[in-house]
Amino acid sequence: MLGKRSIKTTAKQQGIRLAVSMLDLTTLEGADTPGKVRHLCAKAVCPAPTMPEIPSCAAVCVYPSLIGIVREALEGTGVQAASVATAFPSGQASLELKLRDTEEAVAAGAEEIDMVISREAFLAGDDTRVMEEIVRVKEACGDAHLKVIIETAELGSYDHVRHASMLSMEAGADFIKTSTGKAASGATPGVTLVMLEAIRDYMERTGRPVGMKAAGGVSVSKAALHRLVLVKETLGDEWLTPERFRIGASSLLNDLLMQYQKTQTGRYARPEDFSKE
Amino acid sequence: MTDTRTRIVWDYAPAPESPDHVRLRDSYGLFIGGDFRDPIDGTRVPTINPATEQPVAEVAFAGPRDVRAAVEAARAAQPRWAALSGLERSKYLFRVARLIQERARELAVVESMDGGKPVRESRDVDVPLAAAHFFHYAGWADKLSYGVGGREVAPLGVAAQIVPWNFPLLMAAWKLAPALACGNSAVLKPAETTPLTALLLAEICQEAELPEGVVQILPGDGAAGAALVREPDIDKVAFTGSTSVGKDIQAALAGRGVSLTLELGGKSANVVFEDAALDQAVEGIVNGIFFNQGHVCCAGSRLLIQESVADVVIGKLWERMGRLRVGDPLDKNTDVGAINSREQLERIEELVAAGEGEGAQRRTVACDLPDRGWWFAPTIFTEVAPAHRIAVEEIFGPVVSVLTFRTQAEAIEKANNSAYGLAAGIWTDKGAKAFEVASALQAGVVWQNTYNHFDPSAAFGGYKESGFGREGGPAGLRPYLRIS
Repeated sequence: MLGKRSIKTTAKQQGIRLAVSMLDLTTLEGADTPGKVRHLCAKAVCPAPTMPEIPSCAAVCVYPSLIGIVREALEGTGVQAASVATAFPSGQASLELKLRDTEEAVAAGAEEIDMVISREAFLAGDDTRVMEEIVRVKEACGDAHLKVIIETAELGSYDHVRHASMLSMEAGADFIKTSTGKAASGATPGVTLVMLEAIRDYMERTGRPVGMKAAGGVSVSKAALHRLVLVKETLGDEWLTPERFRIGASSLLNDLLMQYQKTQTGRYARPEDFSKE
Repeated sequence: MTDTRTRIVWDYAPAPESPDHVRLRDSYGLFIGGDFRDPIDGTRVPTINPATEQPVAEVAFAGPRDVRAAVEAARAAQPRWAALSGLERSKYLFRVARLIQERARELAVVESMDGGKPVRESRDVDVPLAAAHFFHYAGWADKLSYGVGGREVAPLGVAAQIVPWNFPLLMAAWKLAPALACGNSAVLKPAETTPLTALLLAEICQEAELPEGVVQILPGDGAAGAALVREPDIDKVAFTGSTSVGKDIQAALAGRGVSLTLELGGKSANVVFEDAALDQAVEGIVNGIFFNQGHVCCAGSRLLIQESVADVVIGKLWERMGRLRVGDPLDKNTDVGAINSREQLERIEELVAAGEGEGAQRRTVACDLPDRGWWFAPTIFTEVAPAHRIAVEEIFGPVVSVLTFRTQAEAIEKANNSAYGLAAGIWTDKGAKAFEVASALQAGVVWQNTYNHFDPSAAFGGYKESGFGREGGPAGLRPYLRIS
């Protein structure tokens, strides 16, 4: 039922604007340079200079080594500086290293930290260690917001996705996030729904709202709008804000802009009409 | 951090399916002998859109002499149809199936305009399944004896078929496809309130160049149906509808040597165990009872929840119900459409009042209903006792009655404690439990961790007062064959 919603006309325009405002514009490549990251920041602040009604993105997400540049570029814009941390993407490192990684990112200006859970511990059944790590990283974050990546593609079942979501929330996650973007699949409709339901059940039990970030595989407007439908009909309108729901993506933004322009002009623009970064 | 962005409010804009492409005639005749004819006594009746109370088209109603003429046309055509090889008959059925697909959008819109069901459902369920049934039985037409264990088969002759208003096109396909595949000719009477898609199907039969007289479509009221089953020259009656009419038909056929299949009412149990995936179960419950406004003979209208999780499931269900979108059937985002007729709405209201009167706890979703048309908002009854009317009688509307149980044995006992036995649902993550419970349930169909899941290859039919005989799959061939 939820997969079949028809989003047209004004709902499409508003949905696209909302999706842009929820976007964590991301680049996580070995080849990232200060120059590229600065370009990306400019794009996040003002995605479409010719369409002023398009809002800024929610955040720019990079590796810790570049977070200082991002913070500087975004200062005063309202767009958040987000850094991955904790031996992203595999998480295969000692807790000490992960904490150092986090502390350094925060010290360099990260306002949001995207950590990975230790799938190695989770799949071995060591829930205690999974939670312990999250608790310690949360402490290391200080005031920074913590998003916990459970890397759904490596967990193997919806039961595991739900369990990992619950562990993360119990341990203090501000957001739970589907994927690193480096695994075989990402925020599929199924795992997104399971995680949203976990958030709803946790909220009901504890009263603490937790955010959700869908990352990986959401690269076209239709997929993004569909995720918003899931949020709207599972958690309700209170979650339809960048404070509670994010989409992590790199190529999605230009598709959103193209679709938005089409709703206004009736024609598709050329890809070259929008800057890559 | 300061956030200067203004909050963006997001709701779905209306997404109406346009009826502009639909080419309905102002008036439809009776489809007899390959042509549309005027009724002998001239009766024509408008068919009403239940969402607007406006007429959609005018339709001829068959009188007794029309019924006689239709049966005669079917009788005349049947020997030549039966004499065709199975392969030849299958070609016609494939053609009908493909034409249904070609006209899918039109059929879906007309189905929603005539019957009130959401267009998402007509588009995604009714019409594709109707085509799938023709495809399925087209495949059987040249393999009939393989479908019945290698025995000799022959068609019965003329089949009189009466279908209800809840799935007008789909039920017509369920009836016609196997009958034709087996070499029978047919006289089909669509329901009084929803004749249009059957008449479009008649056009499709013409387009497919189906030999004249193989299919008759006779719109009409209950009297036409009663006359049809009392026609002396029929060999088979297949009826889907209410149990009371089914009993009347069975009495009318007693001692006449006419084969009979009945698919009647139900009060199907949807059983949720504590070890089920509860969120998925809630989706299944919603699909089980609010699909097609609950106008489904196998609707999961008796919800049995294990006491240990009853509060959680009811809480989740109520929350989910609040998000259902009730209204314009032609809007692609509508989940619950219009009630099919004023009469049916009154029946629902009567039973709901009885439920309140007997002390069950009623909760109805607060939603804006259109001013015109017939509507009933999704409703749940808790604190229902097995003796209450709403736990016993078929409501045939978007109303679910919740009962609880403590143990597996009690679940089985309560599920079977019904005059009906059409379908059941089981929700559990334990495979062994699912099989054990399924084999103990007296129901023609048992769904595990799903509900209202239909497929032309799966047999459908009832126990007890839900009827007898199967439709769908190879089992659905038997009611249309003489097997020796």
